[in-house]
Amino acid sequence: MSTQQTELKGTVKERAQLALNNDFLRQAVKFTTERLRSGKLKAAEEHGNWEEWRERGRQIRLHTIAHLDYYLGEFANNARENGVHVHFADTAQDAISIALQIAKAKEAKSAVKSKSMVTEEIHLNQALQSIDCEAIETDLGEYIIQLANETPSHIIIPAIHKNRYQIAELLSEDAGEQLPPETSVLAGYVRKKLREKFLQADIGVTGCNFAIAESGSIVLFENEGNARMVSTVPKTQITFMGMERIIPSWADLEVMATLLPRSATGQKLTVYMSGITGPKREEDGDGPEEMHIIILDNGRSLQLGDPEFQELLNCIRCGACLNACPVYRHIGGHAYGGTYSGPIGAVLTPALKKNVAEWDDIANASSLCGACYEACPVKIPLHDMLVSLRRRKVEAGHDHPLERVGMKGFGTVMSNVKVYHRALKLGKLGQKVVVRDGGIRAKIGPLKGWNSHRVAPSISKQLFREQYGELRSELDQQAKAADPAVAARMREWLTGRDGGASHE
Amino acid sequence: MRLLARYGIVLEFPNVQTCCGQPAYNSGYWKEARAAAKTIINAFEDSDFVVTPSGSCAYMIHHYPEMFKEEPEWQEKALQLQRKVFEFSNFLVEVLGIQDLGARFPHKVTYHPSCHGSRLLGVKHEPMALLNNVEGLELVPLPFAEDCCGFGGTFAIKMSDISGAMVAEKAEHVIETEAEVLVGLDMGCLMNIAGHLRYRNQPVRVMHLAELLYEGVSYSDEHTANRA
Ligand code: SF4
Repeated sequence: MSTQQTELKGTVKERAQLALNNDFLRQAVKFTTERLRSGKLKAAEEHGNWEEWRERGRQIRLHTIAHLDYYLGEFANNARENGVHVHFADTAQDAISIALQIAKAKEAKSAVKSKSMVTEEIHLNQALQSIDCEAIETDLGEYIIQLANETPSHIIIPAIHKNRYQIAELLSEDAGEQLPPETSVLAGYVRKKLREKFLQADIGVTGCNFAIAESGSIVLFENEGNARMVSTVPKTQITFMGMERIIPSWADLEVMATLLPRSATGQKLTVYMSGITGPKREEDGDGPEEMHIIILDNGRSLQLGDPEFQELLNCIRCGACLNACPVYRHIGGHAYGGTYSGPIGAVLTPALKKNVAEWDDIANASSLCGACYEACPVKIPLHDMLVSLRRRKVEAGHDHPLERVGMKGFGTVMSNVKVYHRALKLGKLGQKVVVRDGGIRAKIGPLKGWNSHRVAPSISKQLFREQYGELRSELDQQAKAADPAVAARMREWLTGRDGGASHE
Repeated sequence: MRLLARYGIVLEFPNVQTCCGQPAYNSGYWKEARAAAKTIINAFEDSDFVVTPSGSCAYMIHHYPEMFKEEPEWQEKALQLQRKVFEFSNFLVEVLGIQDLGARFPHKVTYHPSCHGSRLLGVKHEPMALLNNVEGLELVPLPFAEDCCGFGGTFAIKMSDISGAMVAEKAEHVIETEAEVLVGLDMGCLMNIAGHLRYRNQPVRVMHLAELLYEGVSYSDEHTANRA
């Protein structure tokens, strides 16, 4: 069994390098993200009014987060009325203590879990294990990751970085017999194995996709039916949710249920969607006798009132931004070094930490292409947030000293054209040594990285700004009278732009 | 310039202009970016329209007003500039109403829509309209065309290996199309892809749309002259 632990080791570059050298990983990630993003595009197209619904989704999220205290209060009151024990946890540590207290009170020996990124964020499994309570992941992908002793590398598809053969190997080891690399056989094995675990478990742990304020209910989306088992078989249920998971009403869920599965996997709806309103009532056939909801802050409230980052709380954790991201496709999730990966992780991981000094370089691992923003069902401008993170790091004095010198130089050169001209001239002189055939191949200085993958262009012998005079007089000689149609359009444009006032 | 002159439009190149400041802005050095921005704002104060051959630079200028939040006087100037700035193909099609330049370019061509121009500025149909009106040009679709080429300015230097993997994938797709020419609207991305194709000794010609159109109209002109 691999004992690879994948949390925050080394620099972003080093972690990315590991992934870039791992062809299995890159192929597996590429294969699945391509399938998911094509599925999403198709689902959005078939929906017909995708852009309109995206905007509705965004508005619902903006409104909820702007009034988060109100809706959280409403939710907690209603859930308590339904007989749920509601707990608020400021930090990961607080959430763990609450969970351990419950587990100890129940003398729990085992807990079955459905997929939950919040429990990954607080490292719940290790904590339960420390009090001899076995934690068992029951989502197929999570089960695989647990066997491999790794962390999820995707928020929806935790084992996206593994191919069928690697998965068959892990499960064969678990089964003590050779299993063929066929998805149906492998899933069948896990299902059988987990059935016993469900029956023995003292606690069921779930996450929460949405919490409905008006009724105090939680809603789970899933495809395997395991979350149903987790939330009906064990006597005690603990649900973990980030404090921002709230939506006001069931009517709002309609919009979210339209956006989430389509964005995540291209499905019109997941196979199961469960709404849970409190523990088992007398007339119910099944369900937990006792139900707890632990609402986690852990840095989320830092975003409230921050104009650049508040929208981060609008995220519905669909994973579409990961699937659309070309950087994620090449380096996979572990290179991001946190619980959350891809573009959302690159922003969320630092944003959840107050102390800028603890931020690593992850915000730099983006070409700012905006594919994440385009894919996001609630239109979070992640590419702008990445720039804001970089700026905050610079302003807090945690930038790279060499880069600082370079950028100071940039400012000086670009604000004065004379200096800029001198710099270009110097550059032309300097490059004489390295230019061959109009290009630079030498892997030196700042061009080292660039030239490991490309030939760098040299500065032209004659710059455009030097040719401009000649070209201008050549064109002036042949000057044509302005094309009347074109001239008219330009005038029209200018008039429109200046609010109807004549420009001339 | 030569293209626009055909319609009687004079392009000025203010010799006092430098760079739009995007490298500093994207790296988080807004103070330095503001210095560059002021130079650009001043340089173009008297122009009616500002046309840039890179969608990315045009997009950067859209960030100027936000950068000058604390300097209202400059913010107003920045807003004025933002209203005047056009990406090249957008200027031709939307402002001038020109879609057919009478160009002829008998080659197999594929088109890479750069992220900032296409996705973030919304310049999508303009290049298509212009290319579709070029006689003899065979436009082959580029697989996963909207994927970023990995340039990202300083990203290509700071995270060079990730960027390298991205440009390699882009180049693969370009080669797959068997096109003779790759055309685009952003000098940064084109330099990136061209650099990688050259590194791999691939003969694909990489051209900016303006270059292609100019070559196309020159070709047409000669042809008509020869026949006359
Ligand atoms: S940021 Fe948007 S696309 Fe990414 S996971 Fe959140 S909701 Fe989905």
